[in-house]
Amino acid sequence: MATRRDFLKGCLAGGAAAATAVLPETACARDTLVRPPEGLGLLYDATLCVGCQACVAACKRANDNPAEFTAMDNLWDTPLDTSGHTFNLIKMYRNGTMETKDSELNGFSFMKTSCMHCADPSCVSACPVSSMQKDPVTGVVSYDPDACIGCRYCVAACPFGIPKYQYDSPTGKIGKCELCRHRHEDGHYSACAEVCPTGATLFGRTEDLLAEAKRRLALKPGEWTTVPRGRLPATGETPEAAAKWKGPVDQGYQAQVGNYLQHVYGETEYGGTQVLKLSAVNFQKVGLPDLPPKSSAASSETIQHTLYGGMIMPIAVLAGLTWVAKRNVVPDDDDKGGQS
Amino acid sequence: MSAHHPAAPVGGKLFNLPVMICSVLIAAMLAILFVRFIFGLGAVTNLNDGYPWGIWVVFDVVIGSAFACGGFSVAMLVYIFNRGHYHPLVRPALLASLFGYTLAGVGVLFDLGRWWNFWHILWPTYANPNSVMFEVAVCISAYVMVMWIEFSPVFMEQWGLKVQKQKLEKVLFFFIALGTLLPMMHQSSLGTMLVVMGPQVNPLWQTPIVPLLYLLSAIVIGYGVVLFESCVAASAYRRQIEMHLLQPMAKIMLGVLAVFMLIRFGDLVVRGALGHALSPSLEAFFFWLETACFAAPFLIVGTPGARRNPARLFLAGCAIMMGGILLRINGFLIGYDTGLGVDHGWNYFPSIAEMIVTLGMFAIEVLAYIVITRRFPVLAREGAAH
Repeated sequence: MATRRDFLKGCLAGGAAAATAVLPETACARDTLVRPPEGLGLLYDATLCVGCQACVAACKRANDNPAEFTAMDNLWDTPLDTSGHTFNLIKMYRNGTMETKDSELNGFSFMKTSCMHCADPSCVSACPVSSMQKDPVTGVVSYDPDACIGCRYCVAACPFGIPKYQYDSPTGKIGKCELCRHRHEDGHYSACAEVCPTGATLFGRTEDLLAEAKRRLALKPGEWTTVPRGRLPATGETPEAAAKWKGPVDQGYQAQVGNYLQHVYGETEYGGTQVLKLSAVNFQKVGLPDLPPKSSAASSETIQHTLYGGMIMPIAVLAGLTWVAKRNVVPDDDDKGGQS
Repeated sequence: MSAHHPAAPVGGKLFNLPVMICSVLIAAMLAILFVRFIFGLGAVTNLNDGYPWGIWVVFDVVIGSAFACGGFSVAMLVYIFNRGHYHPLVRPALLASLFGYTLAGVGVLFDLGRWWNFWHILWPTYANPNSVMFEVAVCISAYVMVMWIEFSPVFMEQWGLKVQKQKLEKVLFFFIALGTLLPMMHQSSLGTMLVVMGPQVNPLWQTPIVPLLYLLSAIVIGYGVVLFESCVAASAYRRQIEMHLLQPMAKIMLGVLAVFMLIRFGDLVVRGALGHALSPSLEAFFFWLETACFAAPFLIVGTPGARRNPARLFLAGCAIMMGGILLRINGFLIGYDTGLGVDHGWNYFPSIAEMIVTLGMFAIEVLAYIVITRRFPVLAREGAAH
């Protein structure tokens, strides 16, 4: 007989699953991760950028990427956006008469599109096979094609639209900027910063880059200041540390301070990114998302850890279900068809 | 309680029109898959950098596995809530689930860009336990195995393996419990997959309680699919519809659906996201379409009298399935936009080739269902009802 009591026991077992809601969330909450102290990154200053695309070409060379043709003649590299074969692109904002550089109204502005190397990357959290990884020291978000299964969850997860899959090949990989980590051993830093003629893209430790960005924001628009190019040396950098990187350190020049928005993009977004940006035009208008200080990786992993931390919940629910099922399962007997 | 009746093969010819149509679709699918594996995903799909997931993921896996929740929903009713009289529904529901899930697993392989590495997801040195997709993959793999074990008495019966069947039935309760837990885990996680996408997903579908919404809707869809399949199987095989089972089950379905709707709208109100449903946008239109599909069963089979009408039960099942499709399509495709701040102009609509593959997968399910119900004891023996 199926009695009311049996039914209630069933409810009890089912209810155990719903009990997740009352678990103290703080016990399993996963906070947004922070940047590693020695993390490397870039500072892109849109007011210094002249849109020459030297960084785009250098990135192609450094990563051995083919040209992408979208024009009528296949004579020059014309990618329409970053892709599985184009990891860096300078885009242009245009408004009205386009008279004034770095003006939202009747002006134009540039913006670099490449990996932000998040403190708490969505792609690393999403990747089921650890092919996206964040280096604990440099903080570079790297990709390992030998581990990758090509599920493209990283593509869907990234709010900046950075990892992209090569659909044109049966063995396509994910393509993204890895801060030229393959060149660091030879003393070369990110190719885009190496070739940038104006210092709009600057390589260095994110901590130092952030200080430099804040220095620029504190200056008065229009006044002259020294702008570094290539690599920003760390504060109090020893000659030994400097010797790790090739190329002259002191490439600074005099430039006028831009009419900045008082915000360093990447300082707090999603817990911070190691690539920082300065702009005179609204960041959303140049294609950067408006992100909260809490990362979505933290939200996602908090849910997962709350439900599956130590597998305590699933095992408890399974025990309840097994106990109930053992009472209720009656063998399917052909000749004795009957349910007690 | 009512005695449950032994199942028996339906019998009859295997070569008929539905089987031929399914075979043609499967052949077309194989041709397209050949091209896909030789030339890559770009050759046959409309996937792009703004929409990396298309219908092979969202339809074949996310929706396909939810549609395959009939076995889970009915088994929960029978074995956990001890409603033994629903027993005749277990086998057919489990059979549909078995194929739905097995094919969802196979369908993933078509979509994986680097499919030869697929085993990494279950390999300790590669696996990332923080990844929602890892959890989905592990649970679905485990559930497929559990379901084959749950269903194996059917084959044992047919092949006269009495001793093995008795041995298995001694431990079957454990697999039934596991078969209830695993879908709870991964059906909720299929919703959690949206969370890491953050603000790229419209607030109408991006919520911290998305796992609960996906789990509850999967249970409701499970009952809806059983209504749908029972009616289709009854008409195709010219059998009596098991009205005495479908009527009370429809009532249970409405109960779970009511809970789902309360939580769905409670969440929207608490988060203050309802405003997005009032803007003149495609997302808002699809939100109301989805809501209409989930609300329709209350109008179609809301009264005991209405539940006595098989056509209405069938329609209610269809409405639930439609709502389930929309909830998932809306979250993963319609409400997903990676072009934040600036309209990147990414669009996605599946290519004919993608649709044929999805249809081909569905055809395999139908074909297998026909062959197995005609040759193995799945459906309740005719004339034994009531």
